Amino acid sequence: MATDSADSVVQKDRSMVLQKNMIAEHFKRLERAPESGEPVVYTFVPGNLTELIRSFDALPLLPEINALQSGMRGKSKDYIAEAERAGHSEDVCTYVKCDIGMLKSGNIGPTGTKLPKPDLLLLSYTGCYTFMKWFELLREEYDCPTVFLQIPYQGDGELEPEHRKYIVDQIEADLIPAMEKISGKKYDEDKLKHHLGLAAEAEDDLVAVLHSAKNRPSPIDSYFGGVYYVGPIFSAFRGTEEGVEYYRELRKEVEARVAAGLGPVTPDGSLDEQDYRLVVEGPPNWTSFREFWRMFSEEKAVVVASTYTKVGGTYDLGFRHDPSDPLGTMADYCGGCYTNLNMPSRIDMLVNYIKDYSADGFVINSVKSCNSFSAGQLMMLREVEKRTGVPGAFIESDLVDPRYFSAANIKNRLESYLQMIDARRQRTAS
Amino acid sequence: MSNRKIIIEWALGVYEDLHFTAARETLSQNPNLKAVGFLPVYAPREVIVASSMLPVGIYGGGDQIEIIRGDAYYQSYICHLPRSVIELAQSDRLDFLSAVLFPSTCDVIRNLSGMWQVMYPDLYVRYLDLPHVRDPEVGGKFWERELRTLIDKLGEVSGHRASDDDLRAAIHLYNEVRWVIRELYRARSAEPWRLPTEELYLLLRAGEVVAPELFLDKARAYLEAIHEDSPPMKDRSRVIVVGTFCEQPPLGLIKTIERAGCWIVDDDLLIGNRMLTRDVQTQGDPVANLAEAFILHSEKTSVLYEPDPDGKKTLMAQRVRAAKADGIIFAAPSFCDPALLDRPMLRSGAEEAGIPCIAFKYAENTGQFQQFREQAGTFSDSIKLWGGS
Ligand code: SF4
Ligand code: SF4
Repeated sequence: MATDSADSVVQKDRSMVLQKNMIAEHFKRLERAPESGEPVVYTFVPGNLTELIRSFDALPLLPEINALQSGMRGKSKDYIAEAERAGHSEDVCTYVKCDIGMLKSGNIGPTGTKLPKPDLLLLSYTGCYTFMKWFELLREEYDCPTVFLQIPYQGDGELEPEHRKYIVDQIEADLIPAMEKISGKKYDEDKLKHHLGLAAEAEDDLVAVLHSAKNRPSPIDSYFGGVYYVGPIFSAFRGTEEGVEYYRELRKEVEARVAAGLGPVTPDGSLDEQDYRLVVEGPPNWTSFREFWRMFSEEKAVVVASTYTKVGGTYDLGFRHDPSDPLGTMADYCGGCYTNLNMPSRIDMLVNYIKDYSADGFVINSVKSCNSFSAGQLMMLREVEKRTGVPGAFIESDLVDPRYFSAANIKNRLESYLQMIDARRQRTAS
Repeated sequence: MSNRKIIIEWALGVYEDLHFTAARETLSQNPNLKAVGFLPVYAPREVIVASSMLPVGIYGGGDQIEIIRGDAYYQSYICHLPRSVIELAQSDRLDFLSAVLFPSTCDVIRNLSGMWQVMYPDLYVRYLDLPHVRDPEVGGKFWERELRTLIDKLGEVSGHRASDDDLRAAIHLYNEVRWVIRELYRARSAEPWRLPTEELYLLLRAGEVVAPELFLDKARAYLEAIHEDSPPMKDRSRVIVVGTFCEQPPLGLIKTIERAGCWIVDDDLLIGNRMLTRDVQTQGDPVANLAEAFILHSEKTSVLYEPDPDGKKTLMAQRVRAAKADGIIFAAPSFCDPALLDRPMLRSGAEEAGIPCIAFKYAENTGQFQQFREQAGTFSDSIKLWGGS
């Protein structure tokens, strides 16, 4: 999810300015943290417990976001090379290597400020095996405690009560005492509830934005634009006043576009005429993000729903943070993040998106880095095709390793896929 | 033929038989018995046996199966194991299984569990989320609850819900199994020429798919037989092989390493069969005992979180010392997240301790061993020349 300023990509709405300022301010605070004494907690997007972190007046920092930003800013290639020189395998997730390379190159963050060392590594083990190794690796670089929070996988399609209990037990036994220690503050449940209430407010507005794609034309692009929309809520700003303001503003703008019958703003302007409505599974490529988006927008293809924008929470499936059960709701949140869902649930999600958003087709972008997403996607493709009767397209790239983005291949693939959709339409019409 | 040869011939036959005839025969001889498949690395076999079921380790097809259907399920940048597991299933070689367990080894095996749910909806499929939190009151209780659920579910499949006494008997049986495996490892480390890894591996591999009682008989007999006609002692370097816990190297690769001049004196091969490092208590609550044994006494492996910040750094030196090894061969399956992400941490710890290391990648169906022969040969020579750790 991009928390970039976005101004290089699309023209500015007020929400974008807000997001840009929020992020810049956050990174300034992070840079000042060693002096200000605000504790810094490194954690991951899926299963991030931002409200709890904020309730201790600590600052979250998300290495995945830094890695994708490095990809967008053309720095990831060198960072990855640096990590591979240091012995990291070419076969593993490039987010990790990008982060390690950045660290070895001086740890300058996406906005050009120096990133502080962590006071705590909060290893929220949610939906991705690599997370465990990532923080075991980072732990070797920093002299700070690590809290491991195991989020059981929804192997049977739901977070079983004993799994929920396990998460709550860990938060109580390990995480809260660790937060108390690094912050010097007592756990304050009322404060946590306050942040959770703010989270739910923003989540309502985000869901309204995501659902707006059911309109024709869709006022948003739920993948390329979606990664900007989910940026604040997936990272440091869920459960904050700024987050609430951002989503209120974003929702207003999107509703105004619906009323005016306008499409989303893309790198080439407003996409009001939309020939193809697509659903996308898998993360985007960040190193050629703009070019990738253009391949869709030039063909007048708009993405009406995507699974990647659910890695930090499946709010559109109904989940909301519930201040009346603070620890339980955090457990439910973690358990429900997209990559923590089993294959049948992921397939159901795609099938439902295709139906609910009246999509013409679906595209799987399979990234080399990520077994959590990619292992099983070919079966998903066939299964979704079987259940919907809608053919899908399968393209391959990587998150932040530019060596694995072949523009010509992807463009060809996409164009022939869209031609196939045309041919089907003609057959149905005749 | 000597006893030793007879046993190894038997093991080789079981290893090469991708129709799992031995397991099928056990089922046909015991009409009430059902079979449960499990993928690497660790599944609580005691629970399976106590539920009147036969545990069957599923380790893919190695270099013996042509992948016809499996490649249609996986992109080129995913390891080889799951495609050969799919191949086995799609060619009806696993049709004797009534349930399959997918331990939380990595995201590939995790996602495979869901693929199985979609492809084989009539089969009982369970993802086994192993506990990473080593606090008995938190991780231990979680694992205990998971084990109780598994007992209920397997009971539904087999028609026999394991009683506490069934579980105690199964724990006792597997204490024996682990004891004999530890003895075999100890004997190999003491006199590796008497117990070459290509033989030990075949025996243990057979043990993954036959009834545990049968494996015990064979393993005990083999332990007795190793002095009968052991190959002559050869002066070779002593190495441990790290990273081979899931997708298995082809037998040819194991032979190549040893023939190139390296005795393997410790390894990660089939590590699930000795995951619990101590006997599990047979007194008291058997489920609590199994859970506690896992939380407090399991092998350190790449698939579990290492709570000790220095744990990765010091692990290789500890293992090298325990096995009196001279060096380490890091052998990882291509695209294997657990083995490859762990490698830089383990290797730098080893090198800081002055332990010579080499590293390579393989796939279960690797057919060319020349490069490995040269690498292992040079490694062995350099250890002999410059000394080991
Ligand atoms: S493996 Fe996938 S989910 Fe995990 S860190 Fe890498 S990109 Fe993210
Ligand atoms: S070989 Fe490695 S990546 Fe592949 S299934 Fe096994 S543990 Fe997972």
